Amino acid sequence: MNCIDLVELITEYLEGAMAPRDRTHVDEHLAECDGCTAYLEQCRTTIRLTGNLTQEEISPEAREALTGVFRRWRTTSA
Amino acid sequence: MSDTEAPRASLEDLELVDALRGGDETAFMRLVERLQPQMLRLARMYVSTVAVAEEVVQEAWVGVLKGLDGFQGRSSLRTWILRILVNTAKTRGQREARSVPFSSLWSPEAGAEPSVELERFLPEGQEWAGHWAGAPASWDGVPEDRLLSHETMRRVGEAIEALPPNQREVIRMRDVLSWTSAEVCNALEISQTNQRVLLHRARAKVRRAIESYLGPEEGEGA
Repeated sequence: MNCIDLVELITEYLEGAMAPRDRTHVDEHLAECDGCTAYLEQCRTTIRLTGNLTQEEISPEAREALTGVFRRWRTTSA
Repeated sequence: MSDTEAPRASLEDLELVDALRGGDETAFMRLVERLQPQMLRLARMYVSTVAVAEEVVQEAWVGVLKGLDGFQGRSSLRTWILRILVNTAKTRGQREARSVPFSSLWSPEAGAEPSVELERFLPEGQEWAGHWAGAPASWDGVPEDRLLSHETMRRVGEAIEALPPNQREVIRMRDVLSWTSAEVCNALEISQTNQRVLLHRARAKVRRAIESYLGPEEGEGA
């Protein structure tokens, strides 16, 4: 396995979606390759940083509209 | 592999559903705040305008409330809600007679660029062809406050916004909102493989954006 192949398998690897034998090949490559090990760590950092993005907020108009939806439903279902 | 099994409703989900059935408005609004922005983004993929997407989302919430008694906990609550949203959006989109079939919305485009620029690898004909020519730098030496700086996060956000919509929404659900792969597949009715390919391409581009900001020399010798 070359580095050029490994980078395309990295998500499958991180997702735990590889067949055990393929996973072993990746592990063996990583054990000998500093470049791919750094790449894997960069991918993990990328996921961590993405997870730090703040979630978007709901608009006041939508909040108000949905409060209305809930109150109407509560009245009719009571 | 447990991750391919759609998770059932958690105890928290079931308690929340009980609260909603009991008319707890605060619980409802908490749920709305958590899910509404992503629902609006997804709805927008199936219909023509933001205004229609907003109507779809509202209609979906009405459907959620009406359907509460039928919620049996076979999936997580948020998966169940998103399925109602997607179905509502599809129905509305069909009425709009969109030209793009929904089945292709979540199919990865053919002919994607490689995750890493080919110049970073040694060319054919060399002894180490396909191995790194310019190996990635370790980011271990990059201080945490630089990694999590406003500027880095701004670039991550921009890279995600620049993605094709299907890649963008998959990476948002997986990595920003921390949904499991099974939840995303179940909510959007896409295959594990398609979801993974979309996620892979999205993450690769975000990684490149971070790398180009930090610089390849960053962290070396640390």
